Amino acid sequence: MEKIPFGQLQEELFHEKMENGLQVYILPKKGFNKSFATFTTKYGSVDNHFKPLTKEGFVKVPDGIAHFLEHKLFEKEDGDVFQQFSKQGASANAFTSFTRTAYLFSSTFDFEKNLTTLIDFVQEPYFSEKTVEKEKGIIGQEINMYDDNADWRLYFGCIENMYQNHPVKIDIAGTVESIAGINKDMLYECYETFYHPSNMLLFIVGPVDPDQTMELIRNNQNSKEYKELPAIERRFETEQAAVAKKSQILKMNVQTPKVMVGIKATDVHLSGPEMLKAELAANILLEVLFGKSSDLYEDLYSEGFIDQSFSYDFTQEQGFGFALIGGDSARPDELTENLKQILLKAKSGAGITEESVSRTIKKKIGTFLRALNSPEYIANQFTRYAFNDMDLFEVVPILEQITHNDVKQAAVGLIDEERITVCQVLPK
Amino acid sequence: MAIASDIVKARPGYNLHIVKTEKYKTNTLVFKMKAPLTTETVTYRSLLPYVLQSTTKTHQTSTELRSYLDDLYGASLYVDVAKKGEYQVISFTMEIANEKFLSDPTPLLSKGFELLMAVVFQPKTEGGAFAANTVLKEKRSLKQRIQSIYDDKMRFSTQRLVEEMCQGEPYALEPMGNEGDLDEITPELLYTYYQKALFEDEIDFYIIGDVNGAEVEELADTYISLKERQPKKITPVQKKVEKEKEVTEQQDLKQGKLNIGYRTNILYGDPDYYALQLFNGIFGGFSHSKLFINVREKASLAYYASSRIESHKGLLMVMSGIENKNYGQALEIIRQQMKEMKQGNFTEEELSQTKAVVKNQILETIDVARGLIEILYHNVISRNSVPLDEWLERTERTTKEEIVKVGEKIECDTIYFLTGTEVQE
Repeated sequence: MEKIPFGQLQEELFHEKMENGLQVYILPKKGFNKSFATFTTKYGSVDNHFKPLTKEGFVKVPDGIAHFLEHKLFEKEDGDVFQQFSKQGASANAFTSFTRTAYLFSSTFDFEKNLTTLIDFVQEPYFSEKTVEKEKGIIGQEINMYDDNADWRLYFGCIENMYQNHPVKIDIAGTVESIAGINKDMLYECYETFYHPSNMLLFIVGPVDPDQTMELIRNNQNSKEYKELPAIERRFETEQAAVAKKSQILKMNVQTPKVMVGIKATDVHLSGPEMLKAELAANILLEVLFGKSSDLYEDLYSEGFIDQSFSYDFTQEQGFGFALIGGDSARPDELTENLKQILLKAKSGAGITEESVSRTIKKKIGTFLRALNSPEYIANQFTRYAFNDMDLFEVVPILEQITHNDVKQAAVGLIDEERITVCQVLPK
Repeated sequence: MAIASDIVKARPGYNLHIVKTEKYKTNTLVFKMKAPLTTETVTYRSLLPYVLQSTTKTHQTSTELRSYLDDLYGASLYVDVAKKGEYQVISFTMEIANEKFLSDPTPLLSKGFELLMAVVFQPKTEGGAFAANTVLKEKRSLKQRIQSIYDDKMRFSTQRLVEEMCQGEPYALEPMGNEGDLDEITPELLYTYYQKALFEDEIDFYIIGDVNGAEVEELADTYISLKERQPKKITPVQKKVEKEKEVTEQQDLKQGKLNIGYRTNILYGDPDYYALQLFNGIFGGFSHSKLFINVREKASLAYYASSRIESHKGLLMVMSGIENKNYGQALEIIRQQMKEMKQGNFTEEELSQTKAVVKNQILETIDVARGLIEILYHNVISRNSVPLDEWLERTERTTKEEIVKVGEKIECDTIYFLTGTEVQE
């Protein structure tokens, strides 16, 4: 077990790679009641075309299967794992993103029992035809719920506009039609391929003893047999640089129109410190342009183009990335036009002053400290970073290195007319 | 187990609550103003904090104010308006980095403190009123927020249930206020209301973090000067259900929202409150509860089916999202689960499981600074003083009989269904 201290932050991180390849991290937090653990596989909705462990060729699986598998893993021959957790006073959950599936619990007592339950339920699948069929009704309702959610539709509408081929454009839960075709054998096939310990990471944060906890995990993993896993082969079709569609309007049962402008990123094969720096620079750029302390924000707000729902975000993973900017707007077309103009002008440096960059960096450092109050943030973000060979605890040192010029360069690299798209939700 | 409690210092016109802890990398300051919910004031109170947080006497534009916050290492400043029982509570929150975790040792707490107090007490004014263009902007923004409730169907259906169920009671009011009231609110009227609120509201100020008590008290005495007051105390309207009400509304939707409201006739601070919490937990509060198991897991009718209680009004509300055509079946299952609860058809195991998760939930909530404040604030609203360890202990001691007794008090009041298609009975 290695110990990694972070002096200024007054934190210590413990790490060990198990013999079967599982990466384990423990961040002790004194004074907290709660322990929180996430057990995550590097497998999400975009991994729909791959070479299964047990087969020769590539297969394409139905949309929504990673999320379906997440639901089904909770069910065992003798009942539901939720029951087990709540008997032990824990609350459990899971989520599926584009690139990850995470299982998690939090508890304030019986930590070791709960940790064992988490590891064991994820590593012991039980799928049957009957329970797979039953789940289709439940997930069907989850899909319908999202279909009625205007913000979700806006978000996916914008991603759909950007991508021609990449599976990031497919809704994570799939559709009622696509999940109809899922059966238990497909679930096992995906499971065998992506849930090998060497493709997974376990993160624990809370008032725990790192030696004892690591020992428990080591014993647990050594008692299970795993064959060595060949490298997972995923396949992605080539994706053009330009957006697939410049605009899209969705008519829905809403009162207030919604606007989202998206920029499709180009540098999507970075990893490690390079990726971290690019991601932070892009986030600083958006904050400088659209943050509440920018003149542009004040203009948009004063004109009545935006309200408090206005937000912006930059996301990147292996093979795709995008910036999204928008919110509710009584004047959707004017807002769209303004956002585009601001972005295109920023490409040549407009609105990016040295002063605003250094102020934003200060803000980002404080925001990061605040986020470290949250065990959920630490565990989820650390895992996402680690899957991209980045280190969450490098955020502050890298922020301190970023210059005015880096942010201007980020604008040049990110913004381009042919990679900008807009999605609007308008009242029917 | 770390049970936090606050040291309360009575000051003229307000109470200062200090919680000293080394858990966090930040310090959290929350200034709360509470008054009864009334039709006349609800929209004023909803608009007021947004006007106040946009500028101050020294930071004349939002851009200036927000830039200053960035300079304070991204101190976050936000406001919130909430309904707690039949009170409307305005909160001003600031979270600011503790400089001991930064390479730059500038003291941040006193600066953050000063700024938060400037937001509350030193607004930008023009001739005895709030700045007109600020009020105009914030009215427009609030109008849009009120309208957007309609766009979030989960939120909309919950609000509609409450409106139907509590017609004529203050609790029926939406804490964001009414669109219709906005036209009449002028910068002058709002300013007059602001002065009145500072004079009459019940005020509590919470500070949580690795702070020095004496320093905090000194800061408070420097920046806060309020007059003594007798805050208005109210007891929420409790109504006997005469006849169960069923309301169905139709909208263009894929998923129907079935929400049911019950009267519990039990408030926070009542001796049987702990049993009510467990009743709700076994019935619908968690993923091991009867609603989750029977509506979702067994019948596959819903993705979500749960219940929660409103501690300061005495309500229990069920929320579920279902296929329109399954209305009858879902309602039947939910009614059946309530019946089972009332008859005591739950096992000792369900009870001990629920005790464990309720206890876990409380302990987790107090790990978050704002969560802890909300828990402590229950005592302000209810005028009770329940220490956390007592809350946990009384939960542990609760018996099955006490829970069944709680069931006798619970009455179904209103069934609200927002459907996408015409309902077939």
